[in-house]
Amino acid sequence: MVVQRNPVMSAIYLIANFFSLATLYLLLRAQLLAILQILVYAGAIMVLVIFVIMLLNLGDEHALSERVNFRILIGVVLAFAFLMEMLFILTGLGGDIASRTMHPKAGEIGTVESMGTALFNTFLLPFEVTSLLLLTAIVGAVLLARKQSDT
Amino acid sequence: MSVTLPYFLGLSAMLFSIGVAGVITRRNAIVVFMCIELMLNSVNLSLIALSAALGDITGQVLVLFVMAVAAAEAAVGLAIVIALYRNRRTVNIDEINILKW
Repeated sequence: MVVQRNPVMSAIYLIANFFSLATLYLLLRAQLLAILQILVYAGAIMVLVIFVIMLLNLGDEHALSERVNFRILIGVVLAFAFLMEMLFILTGLGGDIASRTMHPKAGEIGTVESMGTALFNTFLLPFEVTSLLLLTAIVGAVLLARKQSDT
Repeated sequence: MSVTLPYFLGLSAMLFSIGVAGVITRRNAIVVFMCIELMLNSVNLSLIALSAALGDITGQVLVLFVMAVAAAEAAVGLAIVIALYRNRRTVNIDEINILKW
């Protein structure tokens, strides 16, 4: 998705990536999060992104000068070094957690029931603050995207 | 051979690196934006993998909050892109330097 010139194509590849991640969440027994991944990311955020791409009419990116070869080379080298560092840390991961996929209790914690219980007992305050954050984001988005003339 | 925790963490690291490479190399603001979403998703994957391996629900609750923050960030970020495009007629982040002195 990074190497595509057309932003619509990279958006479509990103949606495919989101669906693959949702199946991985299902493999990890996180059912609620798999459904939310498809609903929120593929359903809401990517629709918004594609809508903005269409709205700004950015189908042809050839006017955008992406041919700064030196910077692309540096960026790829830096990202690769970063990946090697993280994989190096992963190879040092020892103990019984490295050979384990699933806790015996893992099937129970991903359900809607247990997630709701945790959200409304232990994490009640962050959950309510999240609603405040979303409200702020709605107001900010409307304020920013509005035409400037009618202020 | 079963799929163990380091495979999920390795995949998460690879996705994060692809996102980093995209943020550094691409010049289109919307593509940079999608790369940030990719990085958020890779962190979500490692959080869920660790949550399943440890049998602890805190990781999954954190993923829920990350999703909410990502949705808010998507709305505000795309609104900023629209406002910038209305003013400057470009989404190339090299030409958007009005905050630079």
